[in-house]
Amino acid sequence: MSEVTYREAVRMALREAMTNDPRVFLMGEDVGRYGGSYACSMGLLEEFGEDRIRDTPLSESGFTGAGIGAALVGMRPIVEIMTVNFSLLALDQIVNNAATLRHMSGGQVSVPVVIRMSTGAGKQLAAQHSHSWEGFYAHVPGLKVVSPATVVDARGMLLAALEDPDPVVIFEHSGLYNSKGEMPDPPPKVDLSTARIAREGTDVTLITHGGCLQRTLDAATALAERGVSAEVIDLRVLRPLDWDTVLASVARTHRAVVVDEGWKSWGFSAEVSARIAEDGFWTLDAPVRRVAGVEVPIPYPQHLEQASIPRTPQIVEAALQAVGRG
Amino acid sequence: MTPPLPGRGHALHLLTQMLRVRRFEERCAELYSAGRIRGFLHLYIGEEAVATGALRALTPDDALLCTYREHGHALIRGVPMDRVMAEMFGKQEGCSRGRGGSMHLFDAAHRLYGGNAIVAGHLPLAVGMALGDRMAGRERVTTVFFGEGAVAEGEFHESMNLAALWKLPVVFACENNGYAMGTALERSESQTSLTAKAASYGMPAVSIDGMDVLAVERDFRHIVDAVRATGSPAFVELKTYRFRAHSMFDAELYRDRDEVELWKKRDPIATFLARMVDAGVLGAQDLERVEAKVQEELAAAVAFAEAGTWEPVEELTKDVYTEAGR
Repeated sequence: MSEVTYREAVRMALREAMTNDPRVFLMGEDVGRYGGSYACSMGLLEEFGEDRIRDTPLSESGFTGAGIGAALVGMRPIVEIMTVNFSLLALDQIVNNAATLRHMSGGQVSVPVVIRMSTGAGKQLAAQHSHSWEGFYAHVPGLKVVSPATVVDARGMLLAALEDPDPVVIFEHSGLYNSKGEMPDPPPKVDLSTARIAREGTDVTLITHGGCLQRTLDAATALAERGVSAEVIDLRVLRPLDWDTVLASVARTHRAVVVDEGWKSWGFSAEVSARIAEDGFWTLDAPVRRVAGVEVPIPYPQHLEQASIPRTPQIVEAALQAVGRG
Repeated sequence: MTPPLPGRGHALHLLTQMLRVRRFEERCAELYSAGRIRGFLHLYIGEEAVATGALRALTPDDALLCTYREHGHALIRGVPMDRVMAEMFGKQEGCSRGRGGSMHLFDAAHRLYGGNAIVAGHLPLAVGMALGDRMAGRERVTTVFFGEGAVAEGEFHESMNLAALWKLPVVFACENNGYAMGTALERSESQTSLTAKAASYGMPAVSIDGMDVLAVERDFRHIVDAVRATGSPAFVELKTYRFRAHSMFDAELYRDRDEVELWKKRDPIATFLARMVDAGVLGAQDLERVEAKVQEELAAAVAFAEAGTWEPVEELTKDVYTEAGR
């Protein structure tokens, strides 16, 4: 067991994959000489060379599509998109090609591409570098969408994604790269299909993922001090989502709060709430509550930025409302 | 310089291929009116010399990507006519198992990767396929066809730059039929010389008379051979004209009938046949024999498609993922 940062965990996975599989290569803006905009690939250029740690021009659509094309001929490309908002420039490739080619061809081709991007707010990067598009990508059949919240998942999900025959989009919350966690030795394999109960509880289920997990666990600690036992689910995989684990938990606690940084309207939290209402309604003792992004492009000043995303006190408040003590 | 006269067998082959495409599509138009084929139907009639001449230069191992006006490319590449026709009908015996239709003909065995219906969206895929081949040490050439409308798209420029920057064996084959749906080139481009645009990326760029199958065959082969030898990309403009409307929903308000009639005088099949008969390579009776053979193949293809079966609706979500997703 050793303590590593999330960034180091991603780098561990990159190094392991590149070492063990000659089909794997990394490409994106400034992944090579610069070392990656969040330094995930620092040092890898020297280790693996320019062919496999491939700096690209600022052509998100071009190089993301090239990753899809390389996957079509049997490579295992990892495409790094610097930040979530830039992925919108590659949306045509991800949605119109990666997600459709298998289906349009009647199952003749697979697209084993991995697309990583940083996501989320909290670094005062304002309205073009801070959004959360997990819900949008999770909307698209043909894609798998994952949101690693821990160092074990940051490493393990990237390796699992490379073994997956279908396109996987990985959201790495920018606020997590410096966070630390325990990495078992040897590091465990993880799946791309199940949610994880991050904390057990009996009174209310708090459902979250990625950058919101720690704030939600903090809320569970605060709730325990007030006599409320909160269960916390780290969804991990947003598509296909492990509804069994979510609904089983809600069936035990009879109350649910969904926590997600994306905008509330039409968002990821809306889908999770709707599914619980559809399939778990008779197990509920209270309306499903949501703590989600406020309807505003992310503002620059810290106090406004923080006010626009879920924080621990709001999660506590929503949970108290759910248990009838709000 | 006029290409040298072909031998009799060669001439018969070119005539047969062009006629197969022409008669196939004429029948498709009838079947569309009869409601047997639905959706969009984009006919290649008038442009047959392009695919017929160009694809001669490709080896079976070379990859081919096309636009949604790709019935001709599929047939000439060797996808059996009956499977193409079944795909037009949406039957599960079709070359894309019925899931794609007219715009998405795929056949991995013939290395045909669509049938792509986002203008320029498949160009980055071609770059990536060539990149994957290069990294894996395979000496293949990837040829991507697109219309002149695609040169206005960002993905065209991103792909040209990537392929030139990384010196990848891609043939960018631009089928310039003068109109992006209803918009003439001079109404959409500040620089109407497509080869001048392409040359700015530092790659060879040539223009070919796309109505002359012998010229296409000779000049396209030069380009493909050069790309194979150098491993670097090239751009080819194939000047051609579609005799029919853009799709079956097009009233053709944007072009003069006189212009269409003028181009029809350059019909690639009629002019080729006349030249071959004049030169004594083919006789008048050859056309009848070829026509009879084509009609026989076509009748069998239509019968095959008519007898084809609908995929059970229980299989609706098949091939969205490699294994059935949740």
